[in-house]
Amino acid sequence: MIKIENIIKSFDGNEVLKGVSLEIRKGDILALIGGSGCGKSVLLKHVSGLLKPDQGNITIDGRDINKLGGRSLMELRGRLGFLFQSGALFDSMTVFENVAFPLKEKTGLSGRAIKDRVLRELENVGLSGSEIKYPSQISGGMVKRAALARALVMDPEIMLFDEPTTGLDPVIGHSILSLINLCHRRLEFTGIIVTHQIPEIFDIVERVGLLHEGVVRIEGTPQEFITSRDPAVRAFIDKTVL
Amino acid sequence: MSIIRKLGKVSLQQVKRMGVMGLFFIKTFIYTAIPPLKFSRILKQIRFIGFQSTLVILLTGSFAGMVLGFQGYYTLTRFGSDAFLGPMVGLALIKELGPVIAALMVTGRAGSAITAEIGIMRISEQISALELMGLNPYRYLIVPNFIAAIISLPLLTAVFDIVGIFGGYLIGVKLLGVGSGVYMGEMANYVEMQDILEGLYKSLSFGVIISWVCCFKGYYAGVFTGFGAEGVSKATTQAVVLSSVLILVWDYFMTSLLF
Repeated sequence: MIKIENIIKSFDGNEVLKGVSLEIRKGDILALIGGSGCGKSVLLKHVSGLLKPDQGNITIDGRDINKLGGRSLMELRGRLGFLFQSGALFDSMTVFENVAFPLKEKTGLSGRAIKDRVLRELENVGLSGSEIKYPSQISGGMVKRAALARALVMDPEIMLFDEPTTGLDPVIGHSILSLINLCHRRLEFTGIIVTHQIPEIFDIVERVGLLHEGVVRIEGTPQEFITSRDPAVRAFIDKTVL
Repeated sequence: MSIIRKLGKVSLQQVKRMGVMGLFFIKTFIYTAIPPLKFSRILKQIRFIGFQSTLVILLTGSFAGMVLGFQGYYTLTRFGSDAFLGPMVGLALIKELGPVIAALMVTGRAGSAITAEIGIMRISEQISALELMGLNPYRYLIVPNFIAAIISLPLLTAVFDIVGIFGGYLIGVKLLGVGSGVYMGEMANYVEMQDILEGLYKSLSFGVIISWVCCFKGYYAGVFTGFGAEGVSKATTQAVVLSSVLILVWDYFMTSLLF
């Protein structure tokens, strides 16, 4: 469903992505791991169309996202949910208003239907009772949950998670991953998760890719990844798991 | 050689920024002309840019008028023409000081806040979040400010002119003894509809300048002005300075064209 072909991207002469290729099948989640600053989030922004590659193509259901513009790009993005590392909640709106915002703007639902849907989504992510709070009044874990609720409220076909557990303590981090897993089972979206949360992430994804020195060093099932003898993979696993 | 290279690089960057700024204006204009418009956001911004600027406009307008009353009276008395105090205050305010000072006040009060708000939304990825919801940030953030500024500026300028004329009246008539009928009557004789229209055109164009520059600087905070809080701070300063300079420069061209 998502096909990334030979993506090259430089910033001010510094080549971050040097020919990244990946393929994610419909309904699968790929965990993209790698060292800090190796370009994982940059790749995610390419998939969402926020950044354009210097070279290469990204196709979603056969449509090249970089060749889309205006209304077609808006329509494609309507099928996509994105969980930002910072949450990116609208800070002048309450949690309820944040989650209700895409429904108000993108659907013709009545106020009552929107309210029911938002309250249900907030209950799903364990945020019942926090509807009237502003993002600055809730914890980092709650911000991530609220952002997840906002991203999922439109029932996206594709979900992109940019370090959903970074900055959270291990218990809350684990609960966020469990929540993602539950939502994946419910909505069956195709997804990419950029994360450092290993080995926990291996329980909820179908594929794992290691981005190393601007290319995908290895891509396979979690089991293939764990048993890989590739020195870069071993170094990464040994340092983070052991 | 390296100095020439650096100079060339800086020049190219400036040309690029001007191009981006021009494209930003064209896009804003297109999205303003093509529905749908977000009326609730437009009303909210009219309240912010227009209604909430009223107090500062009342204060500055009345004191500007009072100063004109004093200065005009003492200057005109030298030529024995103090009867023309009314037209002098009226014309100076309606044609020049009203539109310019009101625009500078709005730039400082509302323009800077618009840049800061949009800039913070940019650096905290809220604008990216809007885009990824399949929504157009121009329609939500830029167009409402653009329309609100175009509606608010002429109204604020009118308020400025009226309280300024009243301030001049207080000083000229109540304090310095110019006849009330002379002040108002001569003003009615000398101020023409063309003068009022000149002020209106100026205030409309200043509304465009303020919203264009302040929204642009906020929208590209972190791109052209460095990152984080410092980037937003720089963007806000640049927005106020550039808007103020453009208002004065554009005022000169408008005046030379409209005379």
